[in-house]
Amino acid sequence: MLKTRVIPILLFKGPDIGLVKSVQFDWLRTVGNPINSARVYNSRNVDELIFLDIGARRDNRQINYKVVNDIFKECFMPLTVGGKIETIEDVRKLLLIGADKISINTAAIERPELISEIANSYGSQCVVVSIDAKKSPEGKYLVYCSGGQKKTNLSPDLWAKQAEKLGAGEILITSIDRDGTRQGYDIQLIKNITNAVKIPVIAAGGAGNPDHFVEAVKKCSANALAAASIFHFTQFTPNSIKQKMRQANIPVRL
Amino acid sequence: MTVIIDYGLGNLASVAKAFKKAGSEIVISSDSNLISKADHLVLPGQGAFSDGINNIRKLKLDKILYQQVLKEKKPILGICLGMQLMANIGYENGECQGLGLIEGKTIKIKASAKIRLPHIGWDNVEIEKKSTIFSEIPNNSDFYFLHSYHLVPSDKSLIVATCDYGQKFVVSAQKGNIFATLFHPEKSHDFGIKLIKNFLEC
Repeated sequence: MLKTRVIPILLFKGPDIGLVKSVQFDWLRTVGNPINSARVYNSRNVDELIFLDIGARRDNRQINYKVVNDIFKECFMPLTVGGKIETIEDVRKLLLIGADKISINTAAIERPELISEIANSYGSQCVVVSIDAKKSPEGKYLVYCSGGQKKTNLSPDLWAKQAEKLGAGEILITSIDRDGTRQGYDIQLIKNITNAVKIPVIAAGGAGNPDHFVEAVKKCSANALAAASIFHFTQFTPNSIKQKMRQANIPVRL
Repeated sequence: MTVIIDYGLGNLASVAKAFKKAGSEIVISSDSNLISKADHLVLPGQGAFSDGINNIRKLKLDKILYQQVLKEKKPILGICLGMQLMANIGYENGECQGLGLIEGKTIKIKASAKIRLPHIGWDNVEIEKKSTIFSEIPNNSDFYFLHSYHLVPSDKSLIVATCDYGQKFVVSAQKGNIFATLFHPEKSHDFGIKLIKNFLEC
């Protein structure tokens, strides 16, 4: 049986700062060195790792290929890489270094054909479309891009559907409201996405304890759960969370 | 020396790193001289069947492979798309001919409400028949998958392992010196490295 994955996310700001963790995409707090973190996660036998160079767009620079390469050397598990990836050439370089999946967000909104270009060249399984969404005061979800800085008029479920049609192999949905709060996943938002598409959905934003993971699987059939704060600021590990998931009859790899 | 065959579509760095960890000297190449000098060959792969086979033919790698694998009986491991390309026929982006190293066809997994495609993640592998590459690997160990298509061998006696994702399909096959896995051993932590070590002993 296919296991529900638990995926740590590494957010990288730049070589001087290293890894950061945000709260609602703001208030960046330094949380360590990306290479050491990758090494620890590899030794803990995690299911997968997502590395997002959020500094690339914020500081208008290229994704840091050197750090991606150094992280890759530590990983004998699947690695998803994102951060201002805009061309098929960027994708090619990252896959050559050793990335398995490419996460695109703002570039896909600005130029949706990029999704098809990557899918046609490297297969759908290689394209993760990452969607950051926020609830408006009226209760309507809207997609934000550029690291949560720019509001769009896209609705997350319709955008996910379009991305699927263009060739995306997976959707990574992050709740900006819940990011870093450790109050639990945004169940409604995730449910909107899992109902809209037939490709796997990775939920992110808000996980603070193992029950949140169980809830996101039971209530909205997420295929994978990504998280960062919980691993940086609590004692819970991917394995202790999966123990709890197994007790709730969710298939996991332990 | 192991040659990881470069036909422009594989996740070559991952495969190379895992083979190094398993103790092999590796070369990534499409050069026929190097391929003929190798002790072991790996046909990795990511991407679409049609692109894969077209690239292989363009580089004339099919002829070298037939010579080395069918005549010289050199051990080869096909991984993911590499396994799929071993079939006679594939149906991704239209029907096209494959390498025919393992008689059969490569078709898409049936999707449904609960069966989302691609099949991404860790799934348990049921060993159906003894094969060197699964030596000392417990039955139903989890391996990492990232695909939507699978090879259906015509000769059922070649089936080594299966997986159940909505339907049962073949995830490992062996025909003499030809080995194949639909999952990615290079991404599957310790059991993956063990499988590669086992292959290197063939």
